[in-house]
Amino acid sequence: MFKQLPNDAAEKVEVILNQQTVLVPLGTTVAAMALAQGLRATRTTPVSGAKRAPFCMMGVCYDCLMIIDGQANQRACATYVRQGMQVETQQGVGPLLGDVL
Amino acid sequence: MKNHYQLLIIGGGPAGLAAAVTAANQGVSCALLDEQPAPGGQIYRSIESVPEQRAQTLGAEYRRGKELAAAFRECNVDYFSETRVWSLNREREVGVLHKDKSKIITADQILVASGAIERPVPFPGWTLPGVMQAGAGQILFKSAGVIPDDGVVLAGSGPLLLLLAWQYMQVGVEIKAMLDVTPLSNNLLAMPKLPKALLAHHYLTKGLVYQRDLKRAGVVTKIAVSDLRAEGEDNLHAVCYRHLGREHRIETDLLMTHFGVIPHIWLTQAAGCKHQWDKSQQCWRPQHDKWGNTSIEGILVAGDGAGINGAKSAEHAGRLVALQALFALGVLSQEERNKQSANERKCMQSERHIRPFLEAYFAIPQTILATPDKDTIVCRCEEITAGQIREAVANSHADSNQVKYLSRCGMGACQGRQCANAVAHIVADAGGQPVSAKSHFRGRPPVAPLTLQQLASLEEQR
Repeated sequence: MFKQLPNDAAEKVEVILNQQTVLVPLGTTVAAMALAQGLRATRTTPVSGAKRAPFCMMGVCYDCLMIIDGQANQRACATYVRQGMQVETQQGVGPLLGDVL
Repeated sequence: MKNHYQLLIIGGGPAGLAAAVTAANQGVSCALLDEQPAPGGQIYRSIESVPEQRAQTLGAEYRRGKELAAAFRECNVDYFSETRVWSLNREREVGVLHKDKSKIITADQILVASGAIERPVPFPGWTLPGVMQAGAGQILFKSAGVIPDDGVVLAGSGPLLLLLAWQYMQVGVEIKAMLDVTPLSNNLLAMPKLPKALLAHHYLTKGLVYQRDLKRAGVVTKIAVSDLRAEGEDNLHAVCYRHLGREHRIETDLLMTHFGVIPHIWLTQAAGCKHQWDKSQQCWRPQHDKWGNTSIEGILVAGDGAGINGAKSAEHAGRLVALQALFALGVLSQEERNKQSANERKCMQSERHIRPFLEAYFAIPQTILATPDKDTIVCRCEEITAGQIREAVANSHADSNQVKYLSRCGMGACQGRQCANAVAHIVADAGGQPVSAKSHFRGRPPVAPLTLQQLASLEEQR
């Protein structure tokens, strides 16, 4: 679906995406990384369980919510990758709220 | 971050950056808050870090952001990047989230330069993974060099669609088709506005050059397309549409759509600024006078957040409104303000020449905005369909906010950003009234995500 053009000047960091370690240029958002890594859906909806993916890439549609470093409901398009970051596809409202609701 | 500033600028796009540079050398305490890690906003996203070759591909208009960002870096303002503004009220108290801590700061003059968002337009299948907004495609390209790998279908209406197609072509992205939903009848409506637009012929020429280049490259463009539909189970598999009376289907795993842009008004709405329906731009915008003053004293607007006029105009507006703020602060006399702003106003007026033509030519038809099929999801968050909205109207819920209370439409994570416009059109159409007579979803803080822990950090500072 997507590919990332090589950028030799950018420093690379290791990110763990759904238990797989991937090398990503710094300055990439989590949403851009997920798409470039071939992830089609980045979450399922709390209402019907439908699959969703980043839509606006500018922080206003809230469709790219993912679990980032254990925190659910993070906008993947407004979060930039860091060394050692753990990113997971989110199911529904995510693990924390899921236990309560 | 201080507790009080004389001038606070919210947003680091062209309007905010230009305003900061203007205000910086006048001896006032000034801060600029922005959510991004670096200046530029969405239009000049990643402008400081973009590899030179990519910047060349994106074009001269994008590269203009480099000068603006450089001037901003040199000027003396407190710059807080990666900072969210989650509240603004008429007392000019600003709720800020910075480094995971909340803070309330105040200012004498506040310039909201919140920019634009893409106009969200519901159509069947628009929630499927693989369907994105064209602006999203452009942000992926600008900020990360991420581009389509197996081709893309572009659909919708507006200059951005053409620009993105042209930019993609430069890096060898296969464009499976350009599906232009602009109705032919728009030509007639736009013709009377053409003479004025010719004053800004460089914009028109550029559009024609893009069209010529795409045609030469063999990109298939279909005009006056209707009944756009995205098909697939869990992901997009195909795009269907109607053209010259026949149904067509293109297999693709990626569709990017564009239906113009609208002001991002959630903050000015939450503050209680008066807003009005702009018929020509088919959107709400904050009411403001020619100096950028909103209905609330000391809250000003500039750039696309005040009404869509483009990045160049936003820069001039940023400077002009900064001069007004300096006048209000007593730093400049009225005469100095008027003198220094004369050229900015002139430039804004000349940037405006093309707009009535573009607005008429790329006006989104009522059939697309107001009458989506009953099963089409309108509220992406709460998954409320057009049929459910019409049912609510038939149940005498005659206003967007009433429909919201009844159906939860607009109550999800995006706070109605993706459905407010569509709901207003559908409600107005179903009730047989013009959309201008209808209200927008009420905006309330927090307008940005904020955890209870982050909110509670306010108490620690007391």
